[in-house]
Amino acid sequence: MQQLIYFIRKYRYFLFFLLLEFIALILIINNHSFHKSKFVNSANSITGGFYNKATSISDYFQLNKENIELANENLVLKNKIEKLLQIIDTTIVTNIVDNTQFNQKYTYINGRVEKNQYASNYNFLTINLGETDSVFNEMAVINSKGIIGITENVSKNYSRVQSILNKSSKINAKLKNSAYFGSLEWDGIDYNTLQLLDIPRQAVIKNGDTIITGGMSSIFPEGIPIGKVINIEEGSSVKRIINIQLFNDMSSLKNIYVIRNFDKQEIRDLENNSNE
Amino acid sequence: MNNFRITFWLILILLIQVFVLNNINFSNSINPYLYIAFIFIFPLNKNRFTFLLFAFIYGLLLDFFSDTGGLHAFSLLFVAYLRLFFIKLFFKKSEIDYLLFNLHSEAFGQVFNYVVTLTVIHHFVLISLDNFSFQNIGTVLLNTLYSSIFTLILYFLGSYIFRKKQLN
Repeated sequence: MQQLIYFIRKYRYFLFFLLLEFIALILIINNHSFHKSKFVNSANSITGGFYNKATSISDYFQLNKENIELANENLVLKNKIEKLLQIIDTTIVTNIVDNTQFNQKYTYINGRVEKNQYASNYNFLTINLGETDSVFNEMAVINSKGIIGITENVSKNYSRVQSILNKSSKINAKLKNSAYFGSLEWDGIDYNTLQLLDIPRQAVIKNGDTIITGGMSSIFPEGIPIGKVINIEEGSSVKRIINIQLFNDMSSLKNIYVIRNFDKQEIRDLENNSNE
Repeated sequence: MNNFRITFWLILILLIQVFVLNNINFSNSINPYLYIAFIFIFPLNKNRFTFLLFAFIYGLLLDFFSDTGGLHAFSLLFVAYLRLFFIKLFFKKSEIDYLLFNLHSEAFGQVFNYVVTLTVIHHFVLISLDNFSFQNIGTVLLNTLYSSIFTLILYFLGSYIFRKKQLN
């Protein structure tokens, strides 16, 4: 007993140091796993509030560029509406009205990026939407040009988004001109280039092909643009890596949309049932 | 420096780090980590519990802002623990000198060695933990080198400017 007390007294600083380092290490490891809720993140009201103040100042310097982008998006949407109106006008609708078909499946919530990060290996964003805007865990975040990430930690007014530029991010993606799908990951090197893996070998892929989201997960709707193929690294085995250049410039993001899937719970329940 | 001034400087450095230096991203991933100045500013004391605890909390504050889990807390605490060892090594101080110890009154050569050693160790721990795998060790070493140079220039410029002001 005497010896033990002597030991603790002698190494008390070292033991204290080890204890704190251990806590820090647990926090780091916890930060790398997606499904655990995290205590240390920037979505709380204090850091979120700081970033909110900072972005509301820096926003003024980008108003012009953002305006142009929003106007372009409006243009695309207006043209789409015109096309749809044309179809409605010219075809005679003979379908029997089925209530479930008129239910909306997705809804969009618009928000703003408070903190952007793209230089680390595990990047996270903070957005100004939280539970009060009915944003919850695991919702898709996109903007007019393509996908951005998935929400993972939500506080009352802010939420943290796991960027697609995160080494632990995996997103279902497919080719636009065929039904082959794979998973979209990032190797941590260049923030403009992502990697598409697990595409079957028989799929014909050329440089310049467009990659869109696959719709296999209940998070992202199908058909959101991601990027285009810039080169294909043919490995010796089944593995081949397809490098994709993003349509989005991940270093300058401002206006974003969060997508809410109304059928998510239903899909989840179904998947869980079939597993049992 | 009294406690009030130290607190003021530490908060200022934290805000500068979070809102300015974290967004530099020179050539994609090179950032200065000026907040290591915490180690050099915090006064020496015989009882090291407060220093270790504050180093941990200060690192954790940075983690809250930059979404890195416990990365900054880990690396800052690591050098905080090593500080006394290097002070003994470079300045040959004993426990009696702790109260009056001031980096400004030491010879520049010794201060330079001390600051460079701690900065490089801190940056190496930080960047290799951020990498979180044994792949691309080369990039880790290069990034450590560049970030350290970046930080050291900023730190020495800053400490030079503010030392002048104190004399006036």
